[in-house]
This record gives sequence, C-alpha cells and structure tokens, in this order.
Amino acid sequence: MVGGFRWAAMFPDEVWEHVFSFLPADADRNAAALVCRAWYRLERRSRWRVFVGNCYAVEPAAAVRRFPEVRAAAIKGKPHFADFNLVPSDWGGGAEAWVEAMAEGWPHLEELRLKRMVVSDDCLELIARCFKNFKVLSLVSCEGFSTAGLAAIAANCRYLRELDLHENEVEDNCLHWMSHFPESCTSLVTLNIACLEGEVNVSVLERLIGRCPNLKTLRLNHSVPLERLVGLLHRAPQLVDLGTGKYAAQHHPELFSRLESAIAGCKNLKGLSGFWEAGPTFLPAIYSVCEGLTSLNLSYATIQGPELIKLISRCKNLQRLWVMDLIEDEGLIAVAASCKLLQELRVFPSDPYGAAQPISLTEHGLVAISAGCPMLHSVLYFCRQMTNAALLTVAKNCPNFTCFRLCIMEPHTPDYITRQPLDAGFSAIVESCKHLRRLSLSGLLTDLVFKSIGASANRLEMLSVAFAGDGDAGLHYILSGCKNLRKLEIRDCPFGDKPLLDNAAKLETMRSLWMSSCSVTLGACRQLARKMPLLNVEVINERKRGLPLELQPDNCPVEKLYIYRTVAGPRSDTPSCVWILR
Amino acid sequence: MSTTETGCSSTEPEVTGGLGYDETELTLGLPGAGGSKPSETDRKRGFAAAVGLNVGAASRGEDCGARSSDSSDGSVSGAIKRSAAKAQVVGWPPVRSFRRTALRSCTYVKVAVDGAPYLRKVDLEAHGGYEQLLAALEEMFSCFTVRDYPDERRLVDPVNGTEYVPTYEDKDGDWMLVGDVPWKSVLSFFLSCFLTVAAVRFNMLRA
Repeated sequence: MVGGFRWAAMFPDEVWEHVFSFLPADADRNAAALVCRAWYRLERRSRWRVFVGNCYAVEPAAAVRRFPEVRAAAIKGKPHFADFNLVPSDWGGGAEAWVEAMAEGWPHLEELRLKRMVVSDDCLELIARCFKNFKVLSLVSCEGFSTAGLAAIAANCRYLRELDLHENEVEDNCLHWMSHFPESCTSLVTLNIACLEGEVNVSVLERLIGRCPNLKTLRLNHSVPLERLVGLLHRAPQLVDLGTGKYAAQHHPELFSRLESAIAGCKNLKGLSGFWEAGPTFLPAIYSVCEGLTSLNLSYATIQGPELIKLISRCKNLQRLWVMDLIEDEGLIAVAASCKLLQELRVFPSDPYGAAQPISLTEHGLVAISAGCPMLHSVLYFCRQMTNAALLTVAKNCPNFTCFRLCIMEPHTPDYITRQPLDAGFSAIVESCKHLRRLSLSGLLTDLVFKSIGASANRLEMLSVAFAGDGDAGLHYILSGCKNLRKLEIRDCPFGDKPLLDNAAKLETMRSLWMSSCSVTLGACRQLARKMPLLNVEVINERKRGLPLELQPDNCPVEKLYIYRTVAGPRSDTPSCVWILR
Repeated sequence: MSTTETGCSSTEPEVTGGLGYDETELTLGLPGAGGSKPSETDRKRGFAAAVGLNVGAASRGEDCGARSSDSSDGSVSGAIKRSAAKAQVVGWPPVRSFRRTALRSCTYVKVAVDGAPYLRKVDLEAHGGYEQLLAALEEMFSCFTVRDYPDERRLVDPVNGTEYVPTYEDKDGDWMLVGDVPWKSVLSFFLSCFLTVAAVRFNMLRA
C-alpha cells in the first residue's frame, strides 16, 4: 500500500482526525481503517461513537482497547425473537462484562444505550459511580434491574440529560427513587419512565421537572392520574414529546377545561403517547395541539373507531401513527384522507388471541393508506385476512417502502378470495420496493416467495419468516441471494441441513441467524461449527431429555439454533440449555 | 376484539374495548332474553342440569383466547383444560409481552367442577404458580362440603335457615357465582356502558 502510506504522511495526524470526523457512519470509518496502518491508528483514536450489534461478537476488553476515546456506546444483546418468549430467560445477554470493561477503559463515557440485555442493579451502580461525565442512559427491552438501581443513577449522575426507559421489566423496590435526584439536578432533557409499574411520587416529579428548563421529552407511567398531569404540564410547557399517564378519570367539566388549557399551553408539542385506559371523554382535550403533532402513539388506548377518526382527522401533519386495530378500515381511510405526510404506520392487534372476527380491519385499510399517503415508507400491520391483489396494489402505490412487516394472525392463511398462497403479493413487494431493508412475512407461502426475495431484495438487511416454505429450497434462495442480509430469523419452517451447509460462508457475512422449530439436525450444526471457526453455533435444547447434547447422535433434531459471527470465540456464560458447538 | 352480547336494544353501540369485558359480562336484560343468545342445544349445561349430580361431564375452563367449546371427554375435577381447537402457539402472533400486559388482557378463566351447582372464575395472574392455583381452587370448591365462604356472598333466610348465593347466567349459558371478578372491573364495564347509553339517549332527544 505504498500509495496509501504516502498519503498518510502528507498531513499531520490532527488533519486526518479532522477529516475522519466527517465520517459518522461506522461502515465508512471501518473502511477507512482498512486503508493502511496509519489510518487504522488515526481512525481508532478518533472514534468516539461505537455500535455493537451483538454483545457476543467481540470481547468487551478488545473493543475498549481498540477505541480508547469512546464517549457513546450502543450495545444489543438477545436475539429479536426473545421479545416473543422464544429465547430461554437465562440465555445470556448480561451487561456486566461490558460495563466492567467500559468502567475500566472508558472513564469519560457519556452515553450508554443497551437493548435486550440483562442489566443488574450492580451494573447501574457501577455506571453511576465510574462515569463522572455520564449524560445519557437508554435501556430498551432490558430486564434484571430495579428502581433501586435507578435511584443510584439519579443520585450520582450529576449531568444526567437523558433517562430513557423503554419497555423494560423493572422491579419496583424503591418507591422514592425519584427523590434521589438532587436539587442540583437541572439538566434533564429526556425522562421516560413509561414502563415502570409502580407508583410515582408526582409531587417529587413536579419539583424535578420544575427545575429542568430544558426538558423536552416526558413520558409518564400509568400510575400518574390525569388530574396531576395538569400540574406537570404547567411546569413544563416547553415539552416537545409527552407521554401521558392514565388518561381516564371521573368526568368533571372543570378537569376537562383545565386539562385542555394545560395541553394547549404546550406550544411546541410534536409527539403524544401513553393514553392508558383512554376513553372518549378526555380525548378532545388534545384537539388544540393535533395540527402540530408529528408523532401519535395510541397503541395502548382502547378507543373505538369513530373517536379515533375524530381525533386523527385533525392531525394533518402526522408523520408517525401507532394505533390499535380498533381503528378499522374506515379509520384508516380517514387517515389516508387527512394525514398526507404520514411516513410510518403501525397497527397493533387489540385481541391477539381472540376469535376470528369482529374487527373490521382488513386488507382494504392497508390499500387505502398506501394509496393516500405518498410518503409512507414503514408499515407494521396486524390483520386477519389478505389478498395477493391488495399486496400488488400496495406494492405499486409504495415503491419507497424501507420496512414492510405484515402479520396475518392465523398461520398459513391463504389469499381469502382465491385461496392461493400469498407468494405473488410478497413477491410484488420485494420487486417494487428497491430500498426495502426490513421485511416480515406471514400467511400461506411456498418456496416461490423466497425465490423472489433472494433475487430481488438486494437492500434487504433483516428478514423474519414464520410458518412458511415447502422445503430446503426456500432457505437456499435466501442465503444464496439477498446480498445485504444481516439478520435472518426463522420459526416453524421446513428448512433443513442442506441449505445451511451449502451456504455456510454466507453466515459469516451476516450478524446472526435464528432458526427454531425447523428441520435442522445436530450433525449439520456440528459440521457447520467445524467448518466455520468464526461462527458461534449455539444449539438451544430446553427439554433436556435423555443424553446430554455431546452424546446425542447426528440425526438428533435441533429445537432452536442461534448462529452469529464473532471474533471472541465461544462465550463462557452459557446456561445449561445452550451448547456452543466447536 | 369480540363484541359482547348485551341485553340492550340493537340501537345501542358496542360498549366494549379490547379488555376482555365479554368474559365478565353481565347481561342487562334477563338471562336468555337477548336476541343473539346461543340456542338451547348449543348451551352448556344449564342451572337445572347442573344442580343434579352430573355424570361424566368434563370440567373445563375457558381461556380468553379459546372460544370454541371443549368437547373432549376427559374428566379432570378442578383442573383447567385449554381448548384443543385453539391451542396457542408460543410467541405467536408476535406481540411483545409488554404490550399484552399493558392491555390488561383478561386472565380470568372459568372453572367447573363436577357436582358444583355453579362455576367460578379465577384470576390466573393472581397466583404465582400451579401449587398456589390448585390450593385456591381447592378452597373455592371445598365450600360445597365445608361451609365457609365469605359472608357477603351468602344470604340466609332467617325463617328456614336456607342459604342463598347470588349467581348469574353468562353468555355461554353457565351459572356463575357473583363476586369472583373484582368490583372495579365490573364497575368500569357498567360505567362505560352507562356513558355510552347516556350519550346515545342524549342524541336521540336532540334529534
């Protein structure tokens, strides 16, 4: 690399570091680091933001050593299917190893974002003690900690700007944890406690937000009664994002007008969420701010269609809408007419395990949205029926989709009119949407859909498959195509050993592969592990019948399989139901 | 979300949310008076049949997710049996458990015991595990031999000492003991019902 070396010597290090500061994307920085040793050295000293998509892909100490100046780290743990109880609770994803290494090597760490990890109170205490300049703590879908740990963060992080707790399982053992924020704490910008189960001392909260003039995001939990929301809003009229607490109370005209005026007083409000137990009574109190809203999350509110329509028709600037299927087709047609700037729609099931009918949310709603919202690029849609024709229309209307997740709730559901598989519909989606990065399939599907996906989905990074396919060919199409595939998760599909072994090299280009209730045997996993030393092949067998896994024959079926690339070798914290094959 | 059958007239709008109120539903009319009640042949054993000693009737529970009747013939006293027709697949549909808990979905299941004149409802969430659940069930159904259920549910006729318990007939035709579902849930149901009725009535007056 003689040319590269001469380049590097042309300018002093500081100049190169300045140049690299314009490369925020990790992929670009990684590429720069490969050019020559000088650039590798310069880049690593100037990287201050690190993203670790799989906490087991690298040893914490190695990451900390390579990038000594990191100020912001984001780390992910468990596989995505852990969200749906498919991963054993003791599988792993513990944060201690990382927090200890970071405390050692990154004392100036300011931001830590963890997703799907097991975070203990000890971890939180370590964070609170060791990082003197700590500013941002974001925990998403984590577990293992309690409000006592939060008390430690509150008490010790003097410059805390963001405490963002999103959908974590938090034990409530310290009732007054919020009282641990000292009077000197005035720096909060984000406080999201929506996932906490326990009571919140609203008076303490009032005083806290009263002394934080920069507070922009406040998301309360369901224990905060509606009456107290008024007082909180009076103290934080500068809010941009509000998550209400319980949005129901005894009907009282005075409360309504106080609430209405308090909300109207928040002139910068762009996002609303919460709305637990919301009914029609107090919903009109937010009408005054609807026009300014860009984000609305009503997915915890069991409000019926007509009320939803009245509300959403006023939200002309909405970009993101999360709602329950109670909105029905009629409501979505109204959204399509009113919300022309809509970019992201998520429709959640109000009754996931219920009987087949009575919500009138069908393919028509999805088609209406696709026709009426030209900027739509991200969809999550739970429904009970679909047709190929509808999907073809959606594909034609929305060639700009980046994320399309359709969940037809009954497995193997065909096109309800033609009784055909939905291959044609999903194929149309991947062929039309050239920028599709994320796709979730459902309904009756044969190997044909995988042929289309493998051939056309060139930008696809994450694919979720359930109850689909005919045989090995389906998986082979995916693994031999999909150039940019990073994460593949499969459950209950008849995919076996052959496509895995034939495409072993592909697995090293991906972050991870999850397969459960498929037709993979232990023998294939052993072969794969032997062939690919840079992969961890984790076999998860929860039932533990008979012999231990080492003694099981090659034809023993594998319940759950998690394969991921790593430079750290086999991890040492596996529980008894997980075997890492070598 | 399931619609509930209420005794209201057909001009009333739907009153339920997705909170499983149909499981705790008390009809507003007389039992059996609603238009869409199941036919006699579809009903599970009615009160009269239940009072007599039953032969081989399976005890079964009904999970919120399992609407179809369980017609299997095993008899497991005091146990809860999930309907085979609608067995739930683990982790499907892919809804985060956090989202499911937040909906406060109904975890009350009906429990039937051979020989008992009425069924009971038990909240699965209220018990930490199978042992606790079985202990609670034992207590609930032991009242037929040992008289010791809470006072407020028992009315004694001072004249002849006959004891009465309040029961109601639910939409499946089962006789249920009043009081198993917390009053707050029942009250919320009635409140939403009342508010909607009031709204409708008001509109009718104005028109």
